[in-house]
Amino acid sequence: MIAGRERISVLLALGLFALVPFYGDSFYTALAAKMMIFGLAALGVDVVVGWGGMISFGHAAFFGLGAYTVAVLSQAGLGDALITWPAAMLVAALFAAVIGALSLKTRGASFIMLTLAFAQMLFYIVSSLPALGSSDGLGLAKRNTLAGMTLDDIRRFYYAVLLLLVGALALTRHLARSPFGRAVDGFRQNEPRMRALGYRADSYLLPCFIYGSALTGLAGALASNQMLFVAPDMLHWITSGTFLVIIVLGGQRTLLGPLLGAAALILLEEVLAEITEHWMMILGPLLIAIILFGSRGIAGLLRTESDEPTA
Amino acid sequence: MTAAYLSAQLLNGLQLGVMLFLLAAGMTLIFGIMGLINLAHGSFYMVGAYVAATVAARSGSFLIGLGAGIAVAVVLGILVEVTVIRPLYRRDHLQHVLVTFGLILFFNETTRVIWGGVSPNMPPPALLAGNVEIMPGLPYPAYRLAISAVGGLVAVGLALLMAKTRIGMLIRAGAADRAMVSALGVNIKWLYSLIFGLGAMLAALAGVMAGPILAIEVGMGENILIQAFVVVILGGIGSVRGSFVAALAVGMADSLGRAFLPLLLSQFFKPTTVSALAPAMASTVIYVLMAVVLLWRPQGILVRRRA
Repeated sequence: MIAGRERISVLLALGLFALVPFYGDSFYTALAAKMMIFGLAALGVDVVVGWGGMISFGHAAFFGLGAYTVAVLSQAGLGDALITWPAAMLVAALFAAVIGALSLKTRGASFIMLTLAFAQMLFYIVSSLPALGSSDGLGLAKRNTLAGMTLDDIRRFYYAVLLLLVGALALTRHLARSPFGRAVDGFRQNEPRMRALGYRADSYLLPCFIYGSALTGLAGALASNQMLFVAPDMLHWITSGTFLVIIVLGGQRTLLGPLLGAAALILLEEVLAEITEHWMMILGPLLIAIILFGSRGIAGLLRTESDEPTA
Repeated sequence: MTAAYLSAQLLNGLQLGVMLFLLAAGMTLIFGIMGLINLAHGSFYMVGAYVAATVAARSGSFLIGLGAGIAVAVVLGILVEVTVIRPLYRRDHLQHVLVTFGLILFFNETTRVIWGGVSPNMPPPALLAGNVEIMPGLPYPAYRLAISAVGGLVAVGLALLMAKTRIGMLIRAGAADRAMVSALGVNIKWLYSLIFGLGAMLAALAGVMAGPILAIEVGMGENILIQAFVVVILGGIGSVRGSFVAALAVGMADSLGRAFLPLLLSQFFKPTTVSALAPAMASTVIYVLMAVVLLWRPQGILVRRRA
């Protein structure tokens, strides 16, 4: 599933990211941090959509839940990342367990719409609860500390994000190659056959859904730390759509795909926003063209035909 | 709480249900027959409302606005189907989602460019501007009653179209077995464009009718679209009758939830807590309804479970 050539490109890409703070100013460092954070969120989506074959159109909910968890804990005086970031993952995972268990009663299109509907439900709840700042969102007084160490310096924060991304990639790679990951891959390819072999969908697809959602929740925690602000928009379905765009742009079931897709989309946004304020008028058709005329993604260009998993 | 209040809430529910049905009917047909997930369906709702409001303001006639809104949406719908949607039928759901997501970005931004950030104002037709006293002590806006009536008529018309006409027969046949319909010499491409145009027409009708009672704004289509998705799932994908029942159920659940949750909560909590909790809980009623129905009948209300 993961060829040697891909391992090299993953290491190369991460190495390049590690160099950014040395050569770029704080603007580019922040931009690259944003790419990694969205790459991490999209990695969680790719685990669910790409590997698990469950098209979740509601991952913005987990992104937002992670972000709001950090904001709420910060207001309560809990500001250490060793508490708040795992807490964000836990909250995302708990909601994912409920939403996943309900949505996995269906497959295909109904699953897409169910995840979308549950995410919208959370979006409406968050945007109408005064305790969560209603539609205005919440501000963070300052970044979380990491075991007492301040992360206010963008470089330090940047390397914390990079480390987490590397950890998430390593864990995901490990899981994808494990018997569990192989079984999940099997469910994506042929669910009736897996059932006939005695595998229970609930024991594989639901944990996969929860794991992917926890990663996206962690990304949300990081995003709130970078922006020092959380808003209901983070849970909006447009954010969910953006994650799907990222993984398709980058290439599904490739470790590097989500990071490349996030980098490409964020760069594209920056460039298009320079040209016109109405850049979405260009992005929309561009997206359609990319999907209609080429769908292997950026990472797909890096791998040879023989690396493709056989269906 | 009085009988009049309850009746007014039921009428509100009926009116929301009818609007949801107009969107969901097209979506469930497009979904059931073409297997296409169309997120951009709400865009036709939005375009219908914007065009109708503008034309109605220029011409001074609500009906001309209505006609223009629907006509533009249908032409746009068929244009979109032929250019962008047609290559998608053989692709997977994820690609449907992404392409129609791209369409939404495009339509929303284009609407913003054409109309600016301003919401056009659309008064109801003069004939329906007042209130009707439907029972003693209960005045109700005539326009809202008219929406429900039009929606009911469209539902009957759609049922007749599906059951009695050749087009309806082809649509039902296409839903059952599209390969066979195609093999029997029916131009399936033409049929698909027609269904897509029909869906756009119904969505635009809902959008135009919503114009005078809701804000006409960019993103209006997506808000109602997600509720309509709930309706499609509850009704069972591909079932127009199921959509009708589910739309009314969702409309009622939403209206009654908004009206009675605050009353119910105030029995248990302080007023400040109620004013904070009630709106949040009311907007989740339909999703709770959906979760319950799915646990009970994952295949939809009126659809028989497949073996």
